[in-house]
Formats: sequence, C-alpha cells, structure tokens
Amino acid sequence: MSAALVSPKSFVSEERPTWCPGCGDYGVLQALQRAAAQLGLQPHEIAVVSGIGCSGKISSYFNAYGLHVLHGRSLPCAIGVKMANPNLTVIAAGGDGDGFGIGGNHFLNAIRRNINITYIVMDNQVYGLTKGQTSPTSAHGFKSTTSPAGSAENPMHPLRLALANGAGFIAQGFSAERSQLVDLMVRAIQHKGFSLLNTISPCVTFNKVNTYDWYRERLHNLDEDGSHNPADRASAFAKVMEHGDLVRGLVYAEEGPSYDEFIPGYTGGSMADMVKRADAALVDKLMAEYR
Amino acid sequence: MRTELVWKVGGQQGEGIDSTGIVFLNACHSLGYYTFGYRHFMSRIKGGHTNYQVRVATRPVYAVGDQTDILIAFDQESIDYNFWELPAGAFVIADGFGAKLPEERGVTLAEVPLTKIASDLGNSLMKNMVAMGATCELTGLPVEPFEMFIERQFGRKGQEVVKANLEALDAGRKYVRERWGHQAHFKLVDSGMKPDGRLVIEGDYAAGMGALTAGCRFLAAYPITPASMIMEYLAVHFPKVGGVVIQAEDEIAALCMAIGANWAGARAMTSTSGPGFSLMQEAIGLSGLTETPVVIVDVQRAGPATGLPTKHEQGDLNEIIYGSHGDIPRIVIAPGTIEECFYAMAEAFNLADKHQCPVIVAMDLYLGMSRGTANEFDVSRVRVDRGALLSGPDALAKVRGQFERFADTPSGISPRVLPGTPGFIHLTTGDEHTWNGRITEDTKIRKAIMDKRLRKIDEVDYPGLSVRGDVPADLVLVGFGATTGSLWEAADRLNAGGTRTAVVQLTRLWPFPAEELTAALDGAGSVLVVESNATGQLAHLIRSRIGGDLLPTLLKYDGDPIRPGEVEMRAKEVIADVSGARIA
Ligand SMILES: Cc1ncc(C[n+]2csc(CCOP(=O)(O)OP(=O)(O)O)c2C)c(N)n1
Ligand code: SF4
Ligand SMILES: [Mg+2]
Repeated sequence: MSAALVSPKSFVSEERPTWCPGCGDYGVLQALQRAAAQLGLQPHEIAVVSGIGCSGKISSYFNAYGLHVLHGRSLPCAIGVKMANPNLTVIAAGGDGDGFGIGGNHFLNAIRRNINITYIVMDNQVYGLTKGQTSPTSAHGFKSTTSPAGSAENPMHPLRLALANGAGFIAQGFSAERSQLVDLMVRAIQHKGFSLLNTISPCVTFNKVNTYDWYRERLHNLDEDGSHNPADRASAFAKVMEHGDLVRGLVYAEEGPSYDEFIPGYTGGSMADMVKRADAALVDKLMAEYR
Repeated sequence: MRTELVWKVGGQQGEGIDSTGIVFLNACHSLGYYTFGYRHFMSRIKGGHTNYQVRVATRPVYAVGDQTDILIAFDQESIDYNFWELPAGAFVIADGFGAKLPEERGVTLAEVPLTKIASDLGNSLMKNMVAMGATCELTGLPVEPFEMFIERQFGRKGQEVVKANLEALDAGRKYVRERWGHQAHFKLVDSGMKPDGRLVIEGDYAAGMGALTAGCRFLAAYPITPASMIMEYLAVHFPKVGGVVIQAEDEIAALCMAIGANWAGARAMTSTSGPGFSLMQEAIGLSGLTETPVVIVDVQRAGPATGLPTKHEQGDLNEIIYGSHGDIPRIVIAPGTIEECFYAMAEAFNLADKHQCPVIVAMDLYLGMSRGTANEFDVSRVRVDRGALLSGPDALAKVRGQFERFADTPSGISPRVLPGTPGFIHLTTGDEHTWNGRITEDTKIRKAIMDKRLRKIDEVDYPGLSVRGDVPADLVLVGFGATTGSLWEAADRLNAGGTRTAVVQLTRLWPFPAEELTAALDGAGSVLVVESNATGQLAHLIRSRIGGDLLPTLLKYDGDPIRPGEVEMRAKEVIADVSGARIA
C-alpha cells in the first residue's frame, strides 16, 4: 500500500475534545498532530498510550491506535507495546499526577530502561479531572480542596529528576508556544531511547495561580539562551535550577545505546509474528537439561 | 525389599543442602526410579535450618513422604526438626560425634564424621559426597550414577578435583560398611526401568517451558519466591527465540507491560506470588474491561502480607477468583502436577487469545518448587489458537470499513485487529466504551457491553475437573493444585483398605465447573475438601457454586504441604462421623 499523504488533519479523530475551553491540553494535542504530520508518520504507525486524567483523554482525540489505561500506568503499558512491536511509534502521555504521583516509580524506571518511547506529560500543577486537588508538582503553599491551608509538601522537579537519573532526552514545552512545542515533539520522537517532554499545559478551571500569563512572564527560553549547552548534563542541571524549573526548550539531549541493544536475541520485529508453536527439536533440547 | 524409600538431607542454609538433594534425586532418576523432591527452606540466605526430602519409588509419586527413612543430618537442629517424621527402623547419619536423638524410638544414630573425612581429603565441601557414599552403602544403591555426576560436574576443574570427590564418595561407603554394613531393609527393588521418556524438573521450569512452547515471547515480572524461577527460566531461554524478559519495577508495572505487549500482538505474561498478585488487582480489571488477553501465573505462598515467604499455601484462591473491582470475565486454571504445569501454561495462552480476557494460572509453592519425575512433554499436544484475531489481507478485507473492535456477537467474542494495521484504527480504553471503543456513559450500552463481555466465558474449552477412581464412591476427596498428589496417594491407601475412594481435582476454578462437580459428588458417601489455607476458601467456593452445606474440610496452613497420611487420617474421621450420624 502506498503511503497516503498526511497532514495534521490526518491525526484528528472522530471525537471532539471535551476539555474546558482554554485548557492547555488543546495546544498539546494540536502540536502533536502537527509533529506527527511533519514526521510523515501514518496514523496506523502510531500508538498513543495514555493514563487517566483530563490529559489522558488525548488518546481519544488523536487519530492513531490508542490505548487508554489506568491512572499512572501509561509508561509500563507503553513499554509493553513498544517491546512487542518496535515498528510502532509509541507515545505515552498523561498528567502530572498520573506521571509523577501515582506513576512516579514507573517514570524513574522508564528513564533507567531507555526504551525508545516518547513521554509527553501535560503538567498543570493540579489534578484536573478530579476537580482541583494538589498535585506532586503543585508549589509549596498551593491552596486546594485537599490542602486548604496551602500545600505542606515541596514540589517534585521532573526535569531535575530526569537529569539526575540519566535520561537521554529532556525537554520542557509550553502549550501556548506552539511552534517550539511542535519542534520539541519532533525531536523527542526522533530521539532513539526514552524521551521526556514535560509540557506546561495550564488548567484554566482549577489552577488560578499558574495561569498562562503567570508562565509567560516567567518561562525562560533555553533555545535562545546562548549560554545553555544541552549536551552537558551538569550545566543543564544548573540552568534548570537557576530558573527554578521555569524553562522551555531543549534541556538536554544525548543519544546513547537503547535498551534493546542490550537484549540478547532481540529481533526488532513484531512479536505477533513469532506466535507459533516451538519446534519439537527446540523443546527437545530444552528438555535435555532435565533428562 | 522395598518399593519406596524416603531420604532427607538437612543442615544450615548456604551449605549446599539443596544441591545435595538434587544430586541424590537425579541419581535415582537415572536408575529408573520415580522421584519427588521437596525443598524446605527459610527466608534467609545463610544459616537457618533447611532440608530437602527425596522420595524414590518404583511407581509414580506426586507428594512428599509421610515419613523419612534415612536422614542425613549435618547438625543437631536437623535431627531435632525432623525427628518426628522418623519411624522405628529409620537411620540418622549424623555428621561428627556428640549428636543426640530426642528420644528412644528404634531409630539408629549413625555418627559419621562427614566433614572431617572430607577435610582430610582436601575440602570440607565434599562432605556431601561422603554422605552420598554412606547412603549408597546403607541402601545398596549403585554408586555409578554418583561417579558419573562427579565426572560431569568437576571434570572442568581438573582430574585432581574429580579424584578427590571420588575418594570422598568411597570413604563414606567404607566408613559405613565397616560399622553398619548394608541395611537390608533399605534395599530398593531394582526399578527395572530406564529413565527414557521421563524428566526430573520443577513445576516452575515446566511452566516456563510450556509458555515458550506456546509462542509466548514476553514476560515482565518482579522477583518473588516461589515464582522467580519462571522468570529466571525464561531469562535464560527466551533469547534463543527472540523473546524478552523485563524485570519490572513492581508487579503493577509487570502486569501493565504484559497487557501492553498483548495489545500489540505478542503472547505475553507475568508471573508472581501473593503479594505481587495483590498489587496486580487493578490491572487485572484493565485486561478484563479492554478485552486484552493476558496470562498471569500466581505461584501461591503463605500469606497474608509477607506471611511465610518461603512456605506453601493455597490462600490466594479468593483473590484469584474474585479479585479486582467491578465485574470481568476471567478464566482460572490450576495444574496439579509438574507435567500439567507445562500443558496448562501452554493452553492458558489459547484461552486468553480466544476469550480476550485475563487467564490466571493458579499454582502453589509445593507445585512450583518441587522437583520430580514427569513424563517428557509432548509438543504435538500443544496447539496454538489465536482465536478471533484478524490478520492477513483476506480476513481484513472482509471487515474493512465496518470494523467495530468490541462488536456485539452471540458469543460475546469480538474480532480483534492489531495496532499497526492500516485502516483499522481504534481506541482501546479502560473506561467503559461503545462497540467501537469510544468512551461512553450511556446506560444502555453499558449494560449491553457488560453482558457481552461476561458472556465470553459461557463456554470455555478446558476441563473443569479430573476424576480419578469410580464415582459414586464411598468417599470423594476434592482439591486442586499440588494437593492433588497427596489426594491420589491417600485414595490409593483408602481403596486398599476397602473404602471406595475417588479424587476430584479441580483443574478449572473459573468459570467454576458446577455441573461436573455436582455430578461427581452425586451419591458419594462422604466428601472431604482438602486445601492449604485457614478458612476453607475452596469449600466456600464450592458451596457458593453448587449449594448445599459447607463440606467437611482438611485445612492446613502451617506452611508445610499436606501429606498423604494427613488426608488419610482426616478422611477416616469424616467417614466415621457420617456413619456415626447414620447409626444415631
Ligand atoms: C488508582 C486511581 N486513583 C485515583 C483515581 C482518580 N483520579 C483520576 S485522574 C486523577 C488525577 C489527575 O490528575 P493529573 O494526572 O494531573 O491529570 P489532569 O487531569 O490534571 O490532566 C485522579 C486522582 C483513579 N482514576 N485511579
Ligand atoms: S479541568 Fe483543567 S485540565 Fe481539565 S479540561 Fe478543564 S482546564 Fe483542562
Ligand atoms: Mg494535572
């Protein structure tokens, strides 16, 4: 079959988004549609594996094979998908609560594993879908229904965590800076290995502190910062700290060997094609150990 | 001459007790005997009592022995711990001098300086070979298999090492010959058989081999006793066939990875034990709701919480049958012998593919970690049936343009197309959804699609039970998993004693084979449900599915497997109760 020409529209599903008007997630969805078109991918070549949250709905609205799983579990599901069919471009997606709270352990270990998937977090520093509770990235003092006196906890720093844990591709985008976001998505998907794209995606309904304007005033554009070297992990870390994580652009990128290169016998083909009964001769060999 | 011998070696963990047991077991296997080996161990690496019991017989054996005839004790603790199972006439070979038997009961204490003899020959580790020599002398077993083992095992280390070990073997024989000679009553009749067509293997390894044979190419798991051996087995052998083992960060991730891999078209599984199985509950529902096949092995151990991590139990049954919130179709099968582990595992993948739901293989420590004789696995008995998986241009052409992933069908089973296929894009969501996979809260669809999913297991082509003996019987013993072996043996004895006894092994626990079980129990004089847990989970399951009173039970939950003799004893009580009631 000859590949059909794709445009961002090719990735618009039959379902209309139900996000609140103005929600940052619209920008993330549109950026992803543009990035996929720019990469020349066909919808059927992509699997979007999303968690639970407003953000997790992205798999409903993006036209590709979608797997919408459990709260916090997009990464392990995506890893299974990618290992079973490496021909698929696998994008895991979800919210800050999904990825850094309930799924935090998967985040840390997915980095370590360096499987070739892209992880897009829509970070709004709040729990959107459950109506506005404090999230792992909410600022200290953030007031919400579950922390009426202000959050007593310090926020998680996903970029710093990813840097410290050895991630090979780390970027932060801003939903309202569309062309930069598209560019970061393209590079994240092209990166061989695990890539983290944390995306500032404001929740206009439940986060009245961290608004579009709040971010606009503060986000430092790393891509225009001549003193930033995305090939140097230590200085990238210093840069992120210097700006209190309020950066946008490429934080760090360095391609290293990916997981499958260390898996003996890994074919790189689809495991669906391997489902057949093992040869009697092979089983005979396996049994020989126990004769 | 006897047709069966029970031998045990005991000592501190970390001093090679297991490997000694396995050497003995393998040697007996090579002499054509049937074997069954059970490992008793503790949750620590060094120190603490451990023992390995090997049953050797001229007929198949599937259970630990009630008594031990010969105990090799490397320390006093091994004597004290195991003395209760030594009958009159038993022999204790104690290492060194000064050991004591707890009481006078016609048990012989044979003090043999195993360690000293080995040290004098150059290496105290060879004390195990001295013990083997002593065993051969006592029982009259030929030494050749042990000599062959030494050649094979130590050949690489040079002739020096081989020679020293052979000397150790011989020194053990000599020491015993000079003091106790050959004990005629331990003499096993010649097996008259060759080991051809048989294996000695652990249930976990058999399960791993079954999965590989059935085309499984992905396992994600988190290490846990007694399931790790499945993972370790596949980690070694998957590379030969392009398969992958991922050590996940936890069991939630493990099951989610397996679900993702199945969704993408692989045959994928996870293996775990109780604590990990508990963590998997939410994702079991994900497989159920999204109709994504997945195979989960639960090699049960003694719970709750961390419980007795190295001990046997069948206490996960409720969770296996009912676990996860909401209602989902699931299939639960339960192999009862090492051999069955292979075939059950292989078939689990067909069931998962066919019914597009989680399939749980309920195993237990006693089954997974016991090493014993099994008939060679017959690959031709394994078939691969992927169910309603549409692939290839012809199959796809037929449904192109009208494909609904969760289409309503009479069987409830909806054809599946794998991601990556052009023209069949769809969403698979763990939210309730429409026939084509779109999230919905429509009450009518919700009800209809729930019914569709649950309908998928109305008919499951997997035997519900296996009955041994004729029914109706005076007594029917009911159980599942590794308990089956003890039931068979108890039944043999009860039959020999004149009680017509049948054994019902539940091979499929869900959907529960209510009709078959009702038929098998019909007209039984007495019924005894035997299970390794404290609350009678199986007995309660049976009552909930077939009605009637709660059946009499034998419940054991001290961490040790149920022995044939215990079943026999309890069976006699139950029969007496019933006849007593009749007289009254
Ligand atoms: C195991 C589990 N716990 C809790 C929930 C309820 N829940 C759904 S989404 C969510 C938080 C969503 O926040 P986030 O991940 O930041 O996504 P957002 O809605 O902000 O995009 C919670 C707590 C759930 N679905 N599953
Ligand atoms: S609640 Fe917030 S995150 Fe959710 S859709 Fe509305 S704006 Fe977006
Ligand atoms: Mg959020």
